[in-house]
Amino acid sequence: MIPINNFLVLSSILFAIGMYGVLARRNAVLILMGVELMLQAVSINFITFAAYLDPTNATGVIFAIFVIVIAAAEAGLALAIILRLFRNRQTANVDEADTMKW
Amino acid sequence: MSYEEVIFYFVAGLTVISALGVVTARNVVHSALFLILSLISVAGIFILLAAEFLAIVQVLVYGGAVTILILFAMMLTRVRDIQGSLNGKQAPLAALVSAGFAAVSIFALTTTDFPGESDKINVITTEQIGDALFTTWAVPFEIASLVLMVALIGAIVIARGEEGE
Repeated sequence: MIPINNFLVLSSILFAIGMYGVLARRNAVLILMGVELMLQAVSINFITFAAYLDPTNATGVIFAIFVIVIAAAEAGLALAIILRLFRNRQTANVDEADTMKW
Repeated sequence: MSYEEVIFYFVAGLTVISALGVVTARNVVHSALFLILSLISVAGIFILLAAEFLAIVQVLVYGGAVTILILFAMMLTRVRDIQGSLNGKQAPLAALVSAGFAAVSIFALTTTDFPGESDKINVITTEQIGDALFTTWAVPFEIASLVLMVALIGAIVIARGEEGE
């Protein structure tokens, strides 16, 4: 028997690691990988609560499926934007794409 | 300690270590490979939570499609040729902020008493998921498919560029 807190602590740690990746990295592709880790943490949380607190309906699992769908759409779109940025600027580093900062 | 817990700690440890590998690796391709390992370990966590359908979706969508997409983006944007550090100047501050976040949220959830908590993992069958997805969640499901299509068409339009380029 695994206590519910084990899953929730794992999810918090995974979210914090993803957050570090998003905040610390300079390259847009690596930032996107941090975002993926954060979304994974959210999915674990949804499924944990579905499995422990609300066994009669599958809402938590459905939400996790939607998270995966949105993450796939987001990854495709973000990588297209990064590709475009690279073609126009010859860089994929977010701290060099600062035209709006004067 | 039951055998379930032993498996949990093994898979959870693998997830956390490979996630740390993703954010700390000095080589970007190693980072992507760590991401694949981390996503597949999360599929193992899903199996421990008795959500085997999601685990399979996870391996197919993340382990297959998303990581391949990321590796493609890395090759096309020549991330490997980057000179200097992969981390910005703000990295120590970022570590502080995320460690603080982890500490606060772990403290909050270990002191919280969840009402209606069952003492075992309840199995949510694939049949139940399909039933809910096509009855209660039918409209969000259709919207999600529309979102996917719009996003992918948008991605093609953005990545293709102007005529004659």
